[in-house]
Amino acid sequence: MKRSSTLKKVDRKADIQILDGNHAAAHGAKLSRVQVIAAYPITPQSPVTETLSEFVEGGDLNAEYIAVESEHSALAVCTSASIVGARTFTATSSHGLAYMHEMLHWVAGTRLPVVLACVNRAIGAPWNVLNDQQDSISQRDTGWIQIYARNNQEILDSVIQAYKIAESVYVPVMVCYDGYVLSHTEMPVAVPSQDDMDRFLPPYKPHTVLDPADPKNYNLVTLANPRVNAEGVLCHGYMELRYLLQEALQHSRETIAGVGREFGELFGRSYANMFWEDRMDDADIVIVAMGSLAMEAIVAANMLREKGHKAGVLGLRVFRPFPKADVVKALSKSRLVVVFDKNVSYGSEGATCSEIKSALYGSGANAVIRNFIVGLGGRDIKARELADAVTKSLPSLKEGVLNREYPEWICHI
Amino acid sequence: MKTNAVNLTETEYLLPGNRLCAGCAVSLAYRHILKALEGQAIATVPASCLTVLHGMYPITAVNVPCVNTPFASTGASATGLVAGLKALGKKGLTVLAIAGDGGTHDIGIQALSGAAERRDDFIYICYDNEGYMNTGNQRSGSTPLGAISGTTPILGKQQNQKDMTAIMEAHGLPYVATANASYPLDLYEKVRKARSIEGTRFIHVFTPCPPGWGFPLSDTIRIGQLAVQTGWDMLYEVENGVFRLTSASESTARRGNLRPLREYLMEQGRFRNITEEQIDELQDWVNARWQRCLKRAAK
Repeated sequence: MKRSSTLKKVDRKADIQILDGNHAAAHGAKLSRVQVIAAYPITPQSPVTETLSEFVEGGDLNAEYIAVESEHSALAVCTSASIVGARTFTATSSHGLAYMHEMLHWVAGTRLPVVLACVNRAIGAPWNVLNDQQDSISQRDTGWIQIYARNNQEILDSVIQAYKIAESVYVPVMVCYDGYVLSHTEMPVAVPSQDDMDRFLPPYKPHTVLDPADPKNYNLVTLANPRVNAEGVLCHGYMELRYLLQEALQHSRETIAGVGREFGELFGRSYANMFWEDRMDDADIVIVAMGSLAMEAIVAANMLREKGHKAGVLGLRVFRPFPKADVVKALSKSRLVVVFDKNVSYGSEGATCSEIKSALYGSGANAVIRNFIVGLGGRDIKARELADAVTKSLPSLKEGVLNREYPEWICHI
Repeated sequence: MKTNAVNLTETEYLLPGNRLCAGCAVSLAYRHILKALEGQAIATVPASCLTVLHGMYPITAVNVPCVNTPFASTGASATGLVAGLKALGKKGLTVLAIAGDGGTHDIGIQALSGAAERRDDFIYICYDNEGYMNTGNQRSGSTPLGAISGTTPILGKQQNQKDMTAIMEAHGLPYVATANASYPLDLYEKVRKARSIEGTRFIHVFTPCPPGWGFPLSDTIRIGQLAVQTGWDMLYEVENGVFRLTSASESTARRGNLRPLREYLMEQGRFRNITEEQIDELQDWVNARWQRCLKRAAK
């Protein structure tokens, strides 16, 4: 990622506001000067849509706000508006995200820099409006970059960075944050000034312009094999287009890090790494968690440290692309890795645990890995329970069983 | 000046050689729709026969910008195009959403209804071949009573079609019209008129399908005309609530006689198993609708 030499460090004229996560996301979108917003209400995301419509109706944000009749339509509106060249935003949760599934693939396949805030919520049946991460994890293979926030400051900062990342690599970005735990919990958040923001984020340039003078046809039926155009030039087949999307995701790590570093230089909060590390320097026991749980994990690590264990925390921030090489490096000295997942791939294990195992395979790392499924459907998960799960996993070190087929659950069965 | 075959623009936006079936009415309809828009449009198209017409990457048969969109999302895609153009201050382009009856009456009705309720500024055209013809002729919400289809293979469909144009009129739109590929100048005039009006505009276009309906591909125009002459299809427009019969429906009303619906049904293989009771039921349905329209036209 090249950095513009014209950018100068701002004097951090940030305005500290007390915001819940939903307002932090809405402010992030507003500061990014989104031009088209389409959203449909769903608990716990609704305040995002209300806040943005208030910005638009009140004249504080010059954007088209489209109150659509479904999430499928919300993302379809964003797709077509983005194709025309507008910067677009939507937000949803749970069933809403599931309803968008088809469009999620379509947006990524069209290589559009749409940004979506996913307020993580459990998915039915049975009905449950509380937090876990099954919704966004279920959309893992749709070709979107996924960033998870640990607190409300990270929500606002991530939405802003998401536009710069998405518009650099032409891959959509989903910014995920825990429902209620963050969405409805107020915290102090530094809100950058619009002037500083405008220095950070240039206007969106679409990769293709729709113009009757030079008509283009988006997303025609595309055959498996390359095919020649009217000028005899061989053009990509479906599989080459898929390869290019994978390649874009693979290479997006550098862009994500570069944008995060630049953001840090301007605003004083660096996001140069794919995950957060807490006392990892000397840790041989590592707790892995994603989202707000990664903050709870820091408290759990404190408890373990008090008992003499060298515990550290790897708080996953970027889940797609999964930072395999960075994870290998960070876990190279670990003896025990305990992965907590607020999701489950039924019949297998937690999604982040699978990623960790996959990353470590063949790396020479020899850590015992344990996986716990926690906090589904808003089940409270305390730092004490995280620490207890780690303590319970310690005998595994003596047993020498590195891997287990299935995860353990922290629940009443 | 009234448009006729002589003064109709010679500029073609639908290029020669597309992948639709021989005898397909959709090519004819689309050709005149694009002429009426003079190429100053962005089309958005869901999965449909029209996707086939548009061709396969990297070659397309259409000379206007086009955005393909998933099946359920045509109305929302149109909204997105309109919102994006507005946000960027781009003026002068008409957004054209164009979908089949499956994409309109069935899977696309939610997005279309939502967009129409919001009064979003685009023309929506439903070309109706009364079934899922692109997937090989399965029953849709527009397939008529008694018609054999891929999913009503023996008994024929047991329900009649829904009146999509009436549903769209109930949204309170500034312009709603029906047209028929056999009367391309009437279609052309209606698209021209729709283009000059703001808000959601809906045009239903009747497009006979030779392989799906089971008639010789040389008979497409005649079948479309017969549909109007028997009252199965009617040509009208409703502009700001004012109803007007047009073209062949208007002249039929003046002459005062519909031909028996049986003449239309018996020309098509899909009605080979239709019962006498079903023919009577369809005839009664046509008569009642015709009478309602004559009353509205007389006002």
